[in-house]
Amino acid sequence: MKPTTYTILGLLAFYAVVMVTSAVGLMNDYILRVINLMMINIILGVSLNLINGYTGLFSVGHAGFMIVGGYVAGFMTTLLFGITKDTPYWEALPMFLVAILAAALVSALVGFIIGLPVLRLTDDYLAIVTIGFGEIIRVIFNFITFKKKVGNWELDIGGPRGLLGIPPLSNFTVIFLFTLFTVIFIRNFVFSRHGRACIAIRENEVAAHMMGIPITRYKVLAFVLGSTFAGIGGALLAHFIQLLHPTMGGFMKSVEYLIIVYLGGMGSISGTIVAAAALTGLSELLRPIGELRMVLYGALLVVLMLKRPGGLMGQREFPFLLPERERKIYALQNR
Amino acid sequence: MSMLEVQDLEVSYGAIRAVKGISFTVEKGEIVTLIGANGAGKSTTLRTISGLLKPQRGKILYQGQDITELPPHRIVELGINHVPEGRGIFTNLTVWENLMLATYTRKDRSRIQEDFEQVFTIFPRLKERSSQSAGTLSGGEQQMLSVARALMTKGEVMLLDEPSMGLAPVLVDEIFRILREINRQGKTILLVEQNAYRALEIAHRGYVFETGNIVYAGTASELQNNEAVKKAYLGG
Repeated sequence: MKPTTYTILGLLAFYAVVMVTSAVGLMNDYILRVINLMMINIILGVSLNLINGYTGLFSVGHAGFMIVGGYVAGFMTTLLFGITKDTPYWEALPMFLVAILAAALVSALVGFIIGLPVLRLTDDYLAIVTIGFGEIIRVIFNFITFKKKVGNWELDIGGPRGLLGIPPLSNFTVIFLFTLFTVIFIRNFVFSRHGRACIAIRENEVAAHMMGIPITRYKVLAFVLGSTFAGIGGALLAHFIQLLHPTMGGFMKSVEYLIIVYLGGMGSISGTIVAAAALTGLSELLRPIGELRMVLYGALLVVLMLKRPGGLMGQREFPFLLPERERKIYALQNR
Repeated sequence: MSMLEVQDLEVSYGAIRAVKGISFTVEKGEIVTLIGANGAGKSTTLRTISGLLKPQRGKILYQGQDITELPPHRIVELGINHVPEGRGIFTNLTVWENLMLATYTRKDRSRIQEDFEQVFTIFPRLKERSSQSAGTLSGGEQQMLSVARALMTKGEVMLLDEPSMGLAPVLVDEIFRILREINRQGKTILLVEQNAYRALEIAHRGYVFETGNIVYAGTASELQNNEAVKKAYLGG
């Protein structure tokens, strides 16, 4: 049996176990929420890894793109479509999918508008611009207000109070499928000719030029793709926690995603998955010790960076994520 | 129509003029070498041809087409492969990945496997090491990889910047033997070398650079016998 068959079986088993245990009450809602949050963080981490890890750019505004997607989707489901908690799920789902698509497109567009001028330059201008972008987004959502009456609900984007009353449309199945889609898409991109072009730019820009790779086009492509998936992640997050707040697009939130990528390993999808799950789980496990957990969290990062500066996985991948050829090479190198 | 024609090329780094209005041609099937001391403008000329630098003045024609204003990736697509100084290999990637990247511009993707075989016959060491990361190769092997990469791209013209740099004499022999072989198979080569003696041995024609100008031009044997060139560049 090929490892891909194992992978499919593993995924099906994971899905089935979660569905069954939560249905019969073996798994409580709290644990299910943590699992969902892990998967959303995987989407955001893997998409940021495409930008920072694989293409070697330095974006510090991932949460900005996430919240743009969140607000677009949240705006559409609550204000445009008027979905409430009482709308039947099967009626709301198609509209939710449309909202996610719109979120992805708007985030992509914003990524393109920001990326195109900045990525023509070399060096780390992108970091400065994306920090600025995150702050601008935060301030914008702080100031926009928009009011509408839907049935008995008074709804508005909310300004500094945040967007409230978003219907809980992100259930385990939806998040699971989108996480799967994100990981498969980015994994296939990374191991394609286009992904190799991105990696070449990270490794040596002059040499990448000499291979005939259009540098700016690929930097923009990677940045836009990363932003798109950040938008999808944001849309899912908004309909999961049912609340959007301007501070969620700020610098500190972006840093959380950076930590996931650096901890897992720059240029390792497997690493990002592990780190996203581990960090999400850890911050829940450490909840009893209150604010002290941030200290522990920081100390842990310091130790990890000292002991494993390349991240948990470096640039390695789980075998099931590798294409046939790479898997063979991998087996040779780790003999 | 020349394969490559440089007309009145002038290139500056800020206020410093590195190349001061030079002209030369490379015909199809030739090995042409640009020789001269450090800082004479040889590498600058190559970097300008491949589009990494933009000239202040002058024109570069490739098979009659003006390529002066094109970005580097378009120039590679047209068929000019630059093997940069210091080899410019992707040290963290495997040898196979390095070669695969070189095929980026190619449209005939089904023939790539054949070309792998062909390149591996010329460079058997690369086949042995195809799963190794390129950074673990020796200097000579890295230079071989750099040339092999240019072969995989399948351009008409290969620009080589100091292929003998930092290599043991035995390996220099090997590299020059391969270049001659590649040329026999039809590739046009523009070779920049400080090792003028060795370069003139395999070249058909040569141009001697001095502080941004071409001071001598001629066939390889003319230059080898020119007293002034001998004295300045060939060690008497």
